[in-house]
Amino acid sequence: MSTPAAGAVSRLEALVGSSAFTAEPERLAEYGVDGIIPIVALQPSSAEEVVEIVKFAAAEKLAIVSCGARTKIGIGLPPRQYDVALDLTRLNKIVAYDPGDLTLSVEPGVLLCKLQQHLNQHGQFLPHSAPFMTRATIGGTVASGVEGPLRQMYGTARDFVLGMEFVTGDGVAGKSGGRVVKNVTGYDLHKLLIGSLGTLAVITKINLRTFPAPQSLRAFALHFATAGTVTACRDAVAASALRPMTTEIMSRTMAELFACAPAFRREPHTLPEGVLSAIGWTLSISFNGNEAVLDRCENEMRRVAESAGAERFVRVGNANGKAEPISIGSLYVRLREFIPIALASSPGCTILKISVLPAQLQHALSAAEHAANDQSLAWAAVARGVGVTYIALLPGGRDEKALNCVSAAANRIREDCARIGGHSTIPWCPSEWKSALNIWGPDRPELALMRKVRNAFDPRGILAPGRFMGGI
Amino acid sequence: MDARLQAELQKLLGPENILHKPEDLLLYEYDGSVEVARPDCVVFPQNADQVGALVDLANRFKVPLVGRGAGTGLSGGALARTGGILTVFSRMNRILQVDAENQRAVVQPGVVNSDLSAAVAHLGLHFAPDPSSQKACTIGGNVSENSGGPHTLAYGVTTNHVVAMQVALPTGEMVHIGSAAVDAPGYDLTGLFVGSEGTLGLVTEITVKLTRLPEETKTLLAIFDRVEDCTETVADITARGITPAACEMLDGWSLRAIEAYIHAGYPTDSAAVLLIDVDGLREAAAAQSEQVADVCRAHHAREVRAARDPRERDLLWKGRKNAFAAVGRLSPSYYVQDGVIPRTKLPATLRRIEEIGKKYGFEIGNIFHAGDGNLHPIVPFDARDKEQFRRAVAASDEIIEYCVAAGGTITGEHGVGMEKDRLMPLMFSEAELELMKRVRDAFNPAGLLNPEKIFPSAKGCGEIRPRPRAQKQSEVPVA
Repeated sequence: MSTPAAGAVSRLEALVGSSAFTAEPERLAEYGVDGIIPIVALQPSSAEEVVEIVKFAAAEKLAIVSCGARTKIGIGLPPRQYDVALDLTRLNKIVAYDPGDLTLSVEPGVLLCKLQQHLNQHGQFLPHSAPFMTRATIGGTVASGVEGPLRQMYGTARDFVLGMEFVTGDGVAGKSGGRVVKNVTGYDLHKLLIGSLGTLAVITKINLRTFPAPQSLRAFALHFATAGTVTACRDAVAASALRPMTTEIMSRTMAELFACAPAFRREPHTLPEGVLSAIGWTLSISFNGNEAVLDRCENEMRRVAESAGAERFVRVGNANGKAEPISIGSLYVRLREFIPIALASSPGCTILKISVLPAQLQHALSAAEHAANDQSLAWAAVARGVGVTYIALLPGGRDEKALNCVSAAANRIREDCARIGGHSTIPWCPSEWKSALNIWGPDRPELALMRKVRNAFDPRGILAPGRFMGGI
Repeated sequence: MDARLQAELQKLLGPENILHKPEDLLLYEYDGSVEVARPDCVVFPQNADQVGALVDLANRFKVPLVGRGAGTGLSGGALARTGGILTVFSRMNRILQVDAENQRAVVQPGVVNSDLSAAVAHLGLHFAPDPSSQKACTIGGNVSENSGGPHTLAYGVTTNHVVAMQVALPTGEMVHIGSAAVDAPGYDLTGLFVGSEGTLGLVTEITVKLTRLPEETKTLLAIFDRVEDCTETVADITARGITPAACEMLDGWSLRAIEAYIHAGYPTDSAAVLLIDVDGLREAAAAQSEQVADVCRAHHAREVRAARDPRERDLLWKGRKNAFAAVGRLSPSYYVQDGVIPRTKLPATLRRIEEIGKKYGFEIGNIFHAGDGNLHPIVPFDARDKEQFRRAVAASDEIIEYCVAAGGTITGEHGVGMEKDRLMPLMFSEAELELMKRVRDAFNPAGLLNPEKIFPSAKGCGEIRPRPRAQKQSEVPVA
């Protein structure tokens, strides 16, 4: 790693002013990424300051990692070089909100929960049901590519981000898209930035579609004995006329985690008695609509449950869902927050994200069950109806023995899923395990293209170098 | 054209798959826009390997290569602006795979949009993007332009329905990007490619999401005596958080044009109508159609008609989908714009369009996707009159400038192509355009794929040439 001259450090301080600059070791430690500590941390308060910082860093070959609340900073490989922490939390204005048009323009440092509160006053919400909701910023949520239960109905950020403004690795202030709901003017560069972990550009503004808050919600929990029956039930719902808002499958062990202390730290309310299966799998499903619609959904769900062999059918609750967090009870919040809940439950918690086609969820869940059991590893799973499964492997320790078990189980799950055309990454694991676990998986055929894209945005390679897939 | 290249093309594709006589090329000088550009030859590849080989040839001989589906595009995207090889995908029109359980289909780029929906209808599925040209336009073309359509209001545009594709890169390599399963790791190259107007690669295979057909669809026709009441209804429907499946506005001028042609049952004495679909579960559609009708009445709708059966519904939609063809019967040429505005600005924008029409001496018609603020003002003119054409373009430009000033954009679904490249500086600074070019060059370094599209050319304005429309329009609708 290069050691920038003291001159460079003081120039950076001059760019943002001393109140937005820190080089104190204690505070810098908070900005560590995989144990790598930057030389300075800067808190710019305008896009213009970001341009100046990036231009300077590019000229001096200083590497930048941009961040918000840093709740998801652990995703990705350790940076190859890390000099400047670019803390965007002072870029925290709601620039424009047009409730009548259901569009919004925000700076990246706006807290997601504050944003939801603001939209809520107008009966609207952002269907970004992302984890770490109370602390996360909208910028970090978009840049890290996390998603949540509401994607069943509303899709992911790529479906509701309308445009962005950003600063490339050579300090060019760029933009793409706009703030209207339909737009094909120029390349959709903002889609590349979603989930790019800050490796292409520093996001300075995000334009989003907002949505009317659901009228009224009803949620159900269905218990099943096996992964085969719970997924068959999902398949039956998908083939019906029903349009659920969320569809999530949970393992018995996830139900146990939801009853433990870390879960209560995220969501103080207890789960209603008997909502989650203590012996098998649970399908959690919710619907939005008027009373007639909800009654119809309930009737159909009872029928589907019976023919799929559900052991129990529980109505979780009714709610006038004002907005995210939707108050269909404490189960929804736990589902949204299962990542931090799992992370808190094991020192070596390793979470695989596996994508398969929706009707192949059983394959992914069974692969996890077998692989973890063979290694005598505790594990828990949440699978979304659209075909995304998160497997949390929960070893008792963080030593080499634990790594070996986790690695053996993870490899087997990934190979099993790759065999049916699925793909997987490991967004969460102890830093020191990242290279052994090959968190990004095998190189994809389009990696060379991704490299070219990265070079187009960041010709000097100063933005979070090394963190992305293939060490890009 | 280089004789050696011609020989190579013959060898690769066979003479039956190549056109090069001037009279054969004539048809391919046009698309749905007012632009004209003649290719040096037209080729019809039959498979992805041939497309890869074509790209390789274009590279070796340094000739431009332009992809084309059905040529229904409205911005000159599928025209060979600088000559070269026009690659028409109409013979790569097979649906390769339908996976009903997972709601996916794999198609070749030449598959006609509505053919895919027809092929999966018996499974209760459809391909949601529905441009008005859907009976002719291809999915490859939809991907290039990120096409919309009336029902994209609730269902999203093409990019929301494409998960993976196989692409022939300008370097000659074939790559797969994205994946049938969601959330392919890495940068969202699929998201970049959709809507890149054929400037990054030639798409040879597309994996799309299929959407379940709604249990029930209700179609309403709300009739207004004042345009303002109609536009305020749209703004109010949006503001109340009601999302119909489609919400189209047609003004009196276009209603009369359509009725003279289609007899869809539109009221010719009204100022404007809204054609609205609501869908979903029976119970949801019933409640939503009531809500929508209430909003219409609150804004003085003279009448809110509900289609009684599928036949009536199809007729109402037939009128809308053939609207542009109907206009073609009235005017020798017309210029359609594609601006987008925030929906709250609809009433003011329509007023402004009327003023602009008066200023330039045109009666400007409006047939458009009101629910998402995507305007299609139609300026009818006579292309034989150069002065009139100049005024038609000036009027359209002024409308577009107003859209941009209102916080909107220059194209919502037709693409930039060669029609609006000169308007790009309204949206993007030079530095922003340079960045987009850098991304283009990462894929298309020699600039051989669809050259001189999207980005303003150094030649500047005055590039648009009129093309007289045949008096008898084909039944193929546009927009």
